[in-house]
Amino acid sequence: MSMDRRDFLKIAGITGLLGAGTAALSGRMPGALEAASTSPNSNALKAKQWAMVIDMRKFKTPDDYKKVIHACHSIHNIPDFGNPKDEIKWIWTDTFEHTFVGQEHEHISEAVKEKPFVLLCNHCEKPACVRVCPTKATFKRKDGIVMMDYHRCIGCRFCMAACPFGARSFNYRDPRPFIKDNNLKYPTRMKGVVEKCTFCVERLDEGLMPACVEACKDTKALVFGDLGDPASEVRKVLRENFTIRRKPELGTSPSVYYIVGGGENAG
Amino acid sequence: MYNSGKIIPGIIIFLAIVTFPFWSNAGKTNVKPEPKIDTPAIQQMPEGERKCIESKEFMKAGHMQMLNDWRDSVIRGGDRVFVSSTGKHYNMSLQNECLRCHSNKKDFCDKCHKYLAVKPYCWDCHIEPKENKS
Ligand code: SF4
Ligand code: SF4
Repeated sequence: MSMDRRDFLKIAGITGLLGAGTAALSGRMPGALEAASTSPNSNALKAKQWAMVIDMRKFKTPDDYKKVIHACHSIHNIPDFGNPKDEIKWIWTDTFEHTFVGQEHEHISEAVKEKPFVLLCNHCEKPACVRVCPTKATFKRKDGIVMMDYHRCIGCRFCMAACPFGARSFNYRDPRPFIKDNNLKYPTRMKGVVEKCTFCVERLDEGLMPACVEACKDTKALVFGDLGDPASEVRKVLRENFTIRRKPELGTSPSVYYIVGGGENAG
Repeated sequence: MYNSGKIIPGIIIFLAIVTFPFWSNAGKTNVKPEPKIDTPAIQQMPEGERKCIESKEFMKAGHMQMLNDWRDSVIRGGDRVFVSSTGKHYNMSLQNECLRCHSNKKDFCDKCHKYLAVKPYCWDCHIEPKENKS
């Protein structure tokens, strides 16, 4: 079949017109709301830099650890895959040697050596994870909290490579079937995003203390407050005790401080 | 024309396939989706105040944009309160505020989303309410 130039142009023209017509029919955006606005909750807790002191002297029985971890993991819908490879953790424990790398020595007291230390995201003042995230899915809030916006996370895991504290977990699998009791007030995550402790922003924004802090408020094993306020409880505890941070030499400036304690908590 | 024996039946078969969606649906009435708003929470509202946070027309056309704005405002800005154009305050939360009234995702959200073949990924993370029809 042969076609001359003229016929070809005619057909091309008609096709183009049809296309333009369809495009014009679709797509009409609704107008924006002008009068509406947003504001923070009136009883939201505010700070310059939220921080936590973990008083290891107060962690004595396995129960002391369990209640803190359970408080966090149950309200935040953390799945339990039952294997360490897929594990998701916001707050967990590890040995002194792994927690304070380079601080261990062979004559350290048995009590400290054997004791599990409580770990969570340090909400660093200069977070390495935030610097590397290509989509700004992880970012620092005005109050110092290093937050995750799961909607934006593309699962590249740069942040996991950058964080020197192993504070981040990746959802290799769909977490939904592995969550025991859903907290219906809080979302889950999906396969392919990174998650970690958020210092309970959703609670702070409503005037409540983080869930783990509240779970041990009788012993005050975890003290939470504003590092920027000299009158705050964390600042008081920091003034009155000798505290250390994890890997300060790396320059991320963690906001989680530890009172290690000595042999008095043996057994 | 060369090969007209093959070309003409070919064109006819091609047209038949391309227009299949049209003639296979011809004559069937395509029911407009009617999202249901008869949940217990909505029924309990006093007659005069039985309203969504903004006008029905706005919500119909713009809820997706609004949810996007809410998400940015809550997660990135820390603002959790929405002050509507009538001055009322609402907690900006799909799971805890929208679905408190619209506890019938199947008969509400899904109705139009299915009709329009859109698949919003909200429910990958936000927990949908247990359908509590009464
Ligand atoms: S502990 Fe790791 S994840 Fe948390 S803020 Fe610091 S670098 Fe980021
Ligand atoms: S995995 Fe997500 S949060 Fe982490 S760096 Fe990539 S996009 Fe950012």
